[in-house]
Amino acid sequence: MEISPKEVEYLAQLCRLELTPEELKLFAPQIKEILSYVEILKSAPTHNTPPTTHVLSLANVYREDQIRPSLDTEKALANAPAREGPFFKVPKVIDAS
Amino acid sequence: MSRQTADSAVVIGLEVHLQLNTATKIFCGCPTRFGAPPNSQVCPVCLGFPGVLPVLNRQVLRYGIRVALGLNCSIQPKIVFHRKNYFYPDLPKAFQISQYDLPLGSSGFVDLENKKVRINRVHMEEDAGKLIHKEGEPASLVDYNRCGIPLLEIVSEPDLCSPEEAYAYLKTLKGILQYLEVSDCDMEKGSLRCDANVSLRPQPDVLGAKVEIKNLNSFKAVARSLSYEIRRQGEILEEGGRVVQETRLWDDVKGVTQGMRSKEFAHDYRYFPEPDLVPFSVSTEEVEAVRAALPELPAQRARRFMAAYGLPPADARQLTAEKATADYFEQCVKALPAPVENKRGKVFANWIVSDISREINERGLENIQALGFPPSSLIELIGLVESGAISGKMAKEVFIESLASKKSPAAVVAAKGMSQVTDRQAIREAALAVIQEQPKAAEDFRNGKAQALMFMVGQLMKKTKGAASPAISQEILKELLGGENS
Amino acid sequence: MTVFELQQMYRQGKTGPSEVVRELVKKVEVWEPAIHSLAWFDPEWLTRQAAALEKGTGPKGPLWGVPVVVKDNICVEGVPVTCASRILKGFRPPYNATVIERLQSAGALLAGMANMDEFAFGSSCEHSCYGPTRNPWDLSRVPGGSSGGSAASVAASIAPLALGSDTGGSIRQPASFCGVVGLKPTYGRVSRYGLIAFASSLDQIGPLARTVEDAALLSQVIFGFDQRDSTSGDLPVPDYLQQIKTGVKGLKVGLPKECFGKGLDAGVKTELEKAFEQCRALGIELREISLPRTDYAIPTYYVLATAEASSNLARFDGVQYGYRFPNASNLMELYAKTRGEGFGPEVKRRIILGTFVLSSGYYDAYYGHALKVRTLIKEDFDRAFEQVDCILTPTAPTPAFRLGEKLQDPLTMYLSDIFTISINLAGLPALSVPCGFTPEGLPVGLQWIGRPFQEEVLFRGAYAYQQAAGWHTKRPPEPKGASS
Repeated sequence: MEISPKEVEYLAQLCRLELTPEELKLFAPQIKEILSYVEILKSAPTHNTPPTTHVLSLANVYREDQIRPSLDTEKALANAPAREGPFFKVPKVIDAS
Repeated sequence: MSRQTADSAVVIGLEVHLQLNTATKIFCGCPTRFGAPPNSQVCPVCLGFPGVLPVLNRQVLRYGIRVALGLNCSIQPKIVFHRKNYFYPDLPKAFQISQYDLPLGSSGFVDLENKKVRINRVHMEEDAGKLIHKEGEPASLVDYNRCGIPLLEIVSEPDLCSPEEAYAYLKTLKGILQYLEVSDCDMEKGSLRCDANVSLRPQPDVLGAKVEIKNLNSFKAVARSLSYEIRRQGEILEEGGRVVQETRLWDDVKGVTQGMRSKEFAHDYRYFPEPDLVPFSVSTEEVEAVRAALPELPAQRARRFMAAYGLPPADARQLTAEKATADYFEQCVKALPAPVENKRGKVFANWIVSDISREINERGLENIQALGFPPSSLIELIGLVESGAISGKMAKEVFIESLASKKSPAAVVAAKGMSQVTDRQAIREAALAVIQEQPKAAEDFRNGKAQALMFMVGQLMKKTKGAASPAISQEILKELLGGENS
Repeated sequence: MTVFELQQMYRQGKTGPSEVVRELVKKVEVWEPAIHSLAWFDPEWLTRQAAALEKGTGPKGPLWGVPVVVKDNICVEGVPVTCASRILKGFRPPYNATVIERLQSAGALLAGMANMDEFAFGSSCEHSCYGPTRNPWDLSRVPGGSSGGSAASVAASIAPLALGSDTGGSIRQPASFCGVVGLKPTYGRVSRYGLIAFASSLDQIGPLARTVEDAALLSQVIFGFDQRDSTSGDLPVPDYLQQIKTGVKGLKVGLPKECFGKGLDAGVKTELEKAFEQCRALGIELREISLPRTDYAIPTYYVLATAEASSNLARFDGVQYGYRFPNASNLMELYAKTRGEGFGPEVKRRIILGTFVLSSGYYDAYYGHALKVRTLIKEDFDRAFEQVDCILTPTAPTPAFRLGEKLQDPLTMYLSDIFTISINLAGLPALSVPCGFTPEGLPVGLQWIGRPFQEEVLFRGAYAYQQAAGWHTKRPPEPKGASS
């Protein structure tokens, strides 16, 4: 699997990670190496093999529709890097031009 | 291109998001009450704090199955949740727990008056928080109370061909959802939301570029935005241009759609099965139990009304489209002594589908309950007509006055002295005066001219300022004139 | 001192929680400058807990007055919990993890937060925003990871017990490197509620202890169903301490031939062979078995674990808690710079890899395919457990390596988890118990792997071996001078 610094840059943007130029240069060959190692999975005999998304065969785990105490607003906001009154605050989100 | 062909080339699909009225959120025990103080109905789970895990609210699955069955969907036997990954400040985990390739319900339909609209899928997911944009300030504020409220996404196939059809579909869908009693279905509170997809086929067998319209706050806005978008795309195509596949926002004030900022970054939701939730299986028995417990839906209720009260199909349909209206009608007829004859049922139905509906529409009200004219008032009003206390024409005035003054019909009649004159002696005196004043007409009647009587009844009404009972007036005039027509 | 020794002193009235706390603080003063096993430590917090215990009048819980070090990725209300990452700087959770609630109601003293590889991504405890932890047996070497701080603090006797988390070997490998006992329970045995997720389908919290019986005691407290974790198994928890001494005669144990080939350190191999002899002498029946899909384990793990991690770590975006890049002019900048500056290089590398394997066009070839290979790996174990009651392997192919030795080569670092990773993929319980020292004096670990929810078999086998071998009595010498 070829993976170029440009592709790494695209992925970094997708997962909202700013990489330094050095990291970009370092990561591309490292990820390429890891992915070429992953290539051996191609030889695994997986025809008719179902995927394992959960290792235990649990199913139907619910809770009943009963109210439980919420957090106090002050406690919910106590870790906020920025707030205004009872709100979390972020740089302006603009939808339309 | 003629108007006709332009219309047939329109392809519309609608995505409806429905908030379920469960007591708690989909994956935690926080309450779902609307209008609570900001960030007061939140906990580590719905805030997506590090380390938390979701646990499904069982009621959401029950309600989901009910809606899917109400929309004639088949139910997925094994239900799986997926993560939809994207960054936005209203989404605290930076992924939404939703469903992907194994939605709760699929392949359903909704019957419109003359069309079957197919439902592609019904799936469960969690709602996001609310962003408040501050005018003139470089900041947005976030309230997470809404975050984690259970949603059903109802996606139609692109079977709709006009804004009117889209409107009718939404009306019908909302009606069904109200009957299922799983949501407020209140667009103003955001418990029912809609996005529209529209494209024009440049040629009959060529698909056009799909435009998604967001920010639609009412059914009317859906229809208006679609009309606008069809015109806009039509113009582009006519000029030989190409429609860009994009998401556009509806501006209800300006009446236009606008493209989102093109600086948008590439989207790739990277769906994968939610490892923190196990699969859910729904047995045939469970499905059948929910199906058996389904309430009567609009179409069934219309059929019942037709059979029980002899209503014409169009009236029955109109009466049952909204649950509140049909309940209102039923409350009226149930209050009458049984058995309710067809004729009386029809009188009530007529009032509801004509005068009452007109007032609801003109006032732009949510439903019949918002009008402030309870079934007891309609019963009282019709009782006044049936007893002869007021005329049918007066009843309409009393109705309007009752709405304006918030007094009961009987109170309006009493206050305004609008009571119909049924005193035979008073009418006899007025009739004698008319005969004296209109000798020609009296003569004509005696000579067999039937129309002359109607003229004289009219004169009598004028004299009594419309208060005289027309039936009694006619009877007394005939008696006094004693002509051949009597 | 082990938990059982400490509890005996409590019973005899020879010590009390406040005195135990004073001793603990002294140990921290002696060891911490050398090993740096704790990310956060507050003597006053401990003193307050001890005072509360002493004032208490109710029945004493099974861990009354026992100090437990907590890995820095398990939420304790009001205490800084950071996953050894700059991005969680200053974060104090508004709630307790389920395991913390259980420890508190058992009367445990929460001793402090243990250093770790950032977000548990690593096998050396070098990827920490607080700097590396060092191995108490050899300060030039790593303690293993990611629960390196937990293992080192137990090895240095700062506390008799610690909680770690294990996604691909993060409890067992450091236990092996530090000469302590470490258990990764069956997936679903311990509630993950409050464990800051790395890879949700693989993560488990587990105990680290000086002895098998201490590990069993801590397991007894933290195991069991939790309705806040949908993946938690609703099965009864047996009385492990009652079963632990019932012997191992006739126990059928498999030795997978794939685990004793190339890449295994000679010193490790020698100690393992001695251990197998001792097992035979105890009446354990050893036989060769095969786990043919062993080679697939690491690549499968790196696809699945990084994919889940890329999603689990997306929430660290500077909006609600933790580090936020100051002066961001727009949202994109806020996200990209907060995350770019907040995460260390190993975390970034794995997030990028995980984003790639889930991205459109690659999902089926990577993530989807790896889910199927996971099934094959699990089937290997299912077949093996038709023949044997448990499986023995080395915990790690080498003893503790030197600091910096593998830092520049992620893939070699990943390979040090070769014997532990497949157990997480199969969801099985596995326990590492000390089984000797290499000629350089570095501890070696023996891994016991069991059937799902049969931790008691591991405790029984490892206890019998421990009693016969006696390695648990060996302790590293205290560092010379606090400034070393």
